[in-house]
Formats: sequence, structure tokens, C-alpha cells
Amino acid sequence: MELICPAGSLPALKAAVDNGADAVYIGFKDDTNARHFAGLNFNDRKAVKALEYVRAHNVKLFVAINTYPQPHSWSRWKDAVDQAAGLQADALIIADMGVLDYARERYPDLNLHLSVQGSATNIDALAFYKKTFGIKRAVLPRVLSMAQVKQVAAHSPVDLEVFGFGSLCIMAEGRCHLSSYVTPESPNTCGACSPASAVRWEETEKGRESRLNDVLIDRFSEGENTGYPTLCKGRFQVEGQTYNALEEPTSLNTLQLIPQLDEIGVKAIKIEGRQRSPAYVEQVVRVWREALDNYKKTGSNFTPRGEWLDALANVSEGSQTTLGAYSRPWQ
Amino acid sequence: MKLSLGPILYYWPHQKVADFYQQAIQSPADIIYLGETICSKRQELRTPDWLELAAALLESGKEVVLSTLALIEARSELSSLRKICDNSGCLIEANDIAAVELLSEKKLPFVAGTSINIYNAHTLQILHKAGLQRWVMPVELNRTTLKNILSDAQKMGFLDKIETEIFSYGRLPLAYSARCFTARAKGLQKDDCQLRCIDYPDGIPLHTQENQSLFTINGIQTQSGQIYNLLDEYSAMAEIGVDIMRVSPKSTGTFEVLEQFSQAILGETISAQLIASDVKNNEYCNGYWFGQPGMDTA
Repeated sequence: MELICPAGSLPALKAAVDNGADAVYIGFKDDTNARHFAGLNFNDRKAVKALEYVRAHNVKLFVAINTYPQPHSWSRWKDAVDQAAGLQADALIIADMGVLDYARERYPDLNLHLSVQGSATNIDALAFYKKTFGIKRAVLPRVLSMAQVKQVAAHSPVDLEVFGFGSLCIMAEGRCHLSSYVTPESPNTCGACSPASAVRWEETEKGRESRLNDVLIDRFSEGENTGYPTLCKGRFQVEGQTYNALEEPTSLNTLQLIPQLDEIGVKAIKIEGRQRSPAYVEQVVRVWREALDNYKKTGSNFTPRGEWLDALANVSEGSQTTLGAYSRPWQ
Repeated sequence: MKLSLGPILYYWPHQKVADFYQQAIQSPADIIYLGETICSKRQELRTPDWLELAAALLESGKEVVLSTLALIEARSELSSLRKICDNSGCLIEANDIAAVELLSEKKLPFVAGTSINIYNAHTLQILHKAGLQRWVMPVELNRTTLKNILSDAQKMGFLDKIETEIFSYGRLPLAYSARCFTARAKGLQKDDCQLRCIDYPDGIPLHTQENQSLFTINGIQTQSGQIYNLLDEYSAMAEIGVDIMRVSPKSTGTFEVLEQFSQAILGETISAQLIASDVKNNEYCNGYWFGQPGMDTA
């Protein structure tokens, strides 16, 4: 299985390449990608440098153009496709049908991957994207159980890539508007969820409060671990109870599922985190590379080493990891 | 301008559903959508029951559209979807690309629901070529984007072949998950959810720790806390070229709302304030339409 690693900057890209990525995915410095955060991503010059670095190390470069253009901004997405094609990127990761169509018509030789933001969770949806746009691969949303991934993999008309590690969206990606309901930005339109510009922290008598566009997302007592106020991870009131009504702040870690994912025919594992530091990328990629290499030798006898799990737990959001929807403890 | 009654997004007992559609026949709605769009475990009405109900409604002279599941994960869900696409005898609302695929293979026309991501005219055209004859705009888009999409569609030469529908009243569909938040609220596993959604005919309200209404929990779906209400925007919509305004059912007052929308369309002066009278504190939101956060009121 290929290891697909995130890079929000040139140092992160180098860390990914140096530690064993098979492919690195990047985005341009605007709202055409789903990690449109200040100080992140690649301008023209940096993108060329990124390309030189991956080529020198025989690693692939994928470009994510995975948000949804509206009429007033359509040309920006077109430009992004042109730029990625100009770089001769190994694949473009796209969500919007209009953008997929443009890329296919204009650059028929380009490899197109359906982004997780395209929200294809079943074989019929995948068949539509293959038939209409000739996609070669799809990244599956993080809502499917292991049995369901297996089912899709057995009949999928295209190669499949799944998330292995990182932040965990509990909503079907590409179909979540929680962020734009509360703030001016959403993943689909702007490439941002619960944007930092809308976040406010306040020390109050009741505790440390996190707000998103003035809406209270969470309140922490002294000594409690504070987390970024992502909307779905707040503590809210439902029928008189205050709790993480949608999701607890945990990270996805599927190291122990490597043999199963390989056996069912998954072609690539994706590490989330273009918004994370080069140190994070280095740590996570190193562990996953070691684990995948070890699996190649040990096969079905593979078991994750304690030191790997510790290393990954150290960089995880909320310092807790979960198998997410793959194992569904809540099922 | 036509009026539509969206699919029931909640889990209601069979008899309540039957009574609701009896009333719908008498209502000013021109188009009636029906079917389970949220959770395949909700089986007060099974697929054959929905098909039968659709056939009965067709006889009333209303346009009838069968709505399908938004998040399709299991093989059993795909096979139910196939059954509907094979046997409906009426127009189908696709809420997942799987339905688009199945219907386009059969060369059958379809409606693209709010959870199909159409953010520009290029996407709209591709889906039109696949059989789309009507689209319901994704709820987070605003009136300017809509105007631009429709004007692009005109330049591209297919505007007159499609209809545009706007989600105009009700709790907004905001997100879908594999997890069930109703089961979570009741301390139950999803597999043992005991179909508790049936106890909440309008979903479960979710508030912030300051008691501000934020979301509504509806099984695997998260909806807006507030009612979205675009009644006042009827003329603006007509001018842009909207063909249909959708009212999304809630457990009480739906037909009064339809009546008021109908009067507004007939030219009566009705204020959005009036329509919200059965809602606590007359609160409603309309931010998305004006390019603001959805929960805002412009």
C-alpha cells in the first residue's frame, strides 16, 4: 500500500519525503483546497521547489483542488488545474464535478483522484465518477466501517485510498455545513472548518471559554485539557445534559488495521494534517513507514509496536486515538 | 412559482405519515416529495409502503416525487435504492450520487436534492446531461451565487430545460454522519437504538451552555436549531428565476405555513414574522440566502 502524506509547507514536504512517503499531497495558496489556512500551502515558486524535491527522491506529488467553486470564483479553480497540470503533478485530487470535467477535457492524460470531499461512499457513486470523469482513484469518507470498506473494495471500479491517521471528521465529508451555519466559512466553499478568524478564547469566572463567531463552543475548568473549538467537538446541552453531543476530541489511528486494509485491496493510506507542523509530519510518516515496511516482512503476523503507538498518541489531538468508523465502538 | 412539500425528515408513526399526506392532498402544495432520506432503520413505512403511498398521491393530481437516502453505506441500502429506481413510476429525488448513477443508466430524469453538491453551472450542466431536470440548491449558497449560476446556465443554453427549487422553510439539513446522535443522546449503541427517533417528531434540540439554540439532532442528521424562513424573499426569488419554493415538514403547523406561502405567492402581504408564530419567540434565520452565516437573521 502506498503511503500518502500531507505537506502544508516546504519543510513539511521535505520531512514527509525524507521519512518515507510514497506520495505527498499539497494545495495552492488560496481557497481552492480544503486546508485554506493562513501561512499554509504553496505559491508558484514553492510548488516548483516542492516538485524538484519529490522528483529528486522519486516520490510522487499530488495536488488537492478539492473545494467547490462558485461562478464568481470559477477562474481560480481553472487556474489551479492549469498550474497543477503545468507542474506535471502525478495526480489531481478533485471534488467538484465541474472542475473534474475541466481537468479531464483540457488535460486528458492527467490522473484524477476523487477527493474525500466528493463524498462517494458506495460503488454506484464511484461508477458515476469513473464513467463521467475517468477517475483512477477515490479517497473514501471516514464514515465507513471496516466491513463496508471491504464491501466497497471488493466491487470498486477504481482504486481506493483510505484515511489512516489524523483528525477525524465524523460527518460525511463534503456534506457538512455546520461551519457555515455559524461562521462565514465552510469546507466546501472556502476550504475552512470552524475558521481560526472566528475563534475567541476568554477567561471567565465559569472557566476558560472558547467561542466561534460569539457562539459558546466549550467551557473548560482549571487544569482541563483545552481543544480547538471545532463545531462538532464542542460540549453542548441536550435534554438537560452537557456533553460532547456529537463527537469527542479524538484522532483517528488505524495502525493495527494495516493487514486488513491491505488484504481487502486498499491501494493507499492517507495521513491527514496539511495544517500540522513539519515535526508532526516527520513523526507520523516515520512511524507509518516503519509499520508498513514491517508489515511487508511479517504479513498477517503484524502487530503494532508499543513505541509506534506511543509516538502517534503524543502528536494526536486530545492525546487519544480511535479506530473511528472502521471499528465503530458506538455501533 | 410553485410550492413544494419536502420529504418528512423525521421518524413519524405510520398513521401520522398517512394522515399527513391525506392533508397534503388538500394543501396548496403543487409538488409532494416523500420517502425516507435519513436512516434506513426507520421502517414504519418500508419501500413498498412508500411506493404505494406515492401511487395513491399521484391519483390526487399532485406532482409526486420519491426522495431517496442521503448517505448510502450498506449494501442493503443500495439494493433498496435500486428497488425504488426500478419501480417508482414517478420522478425521483437523488440525494446521493448513487441514485444519479442508477437513474442515468436507465435514462430516467431526476431531481437533485440539497445534498448533491451543485455549486456552479458547470456541475449543473454535467448533471443535466445525466438526466437532471430539477435541482434544489445546496442550503449554504446565497442569492447572488444562485443568480450567477442561473445566468451562466442561460449562456450555456440549458436554463430553460431545468427547474430550480429553493429550500425556503424548515430546519436546515446541515450534516450527515455514520453515527447516530439520537442514540448517543439516549446512551444507546446505534445497533440498539430502539428507534428512539420516533419519540422526537421534530428532532432533539441542542443548545450551547448559554442556552442558545444551535442545532437539532435528527438521528444521523444534524439540522439547524432555528427554522430557516425565506417567505419574505418570494418576489426576489421569482425575479431571479426560482421555480419552486420548498417547505420542509415539521410535526405541527406545516399546512398553515404552506397556506401562508401560497397567499404570499398570490400577492397577499404576509410577513415572515407572522409565519413564525408557532415557533418559540418568533425566531427564525435566513442568513445563508443573504451570504451570511446561516444562523443569522438579516
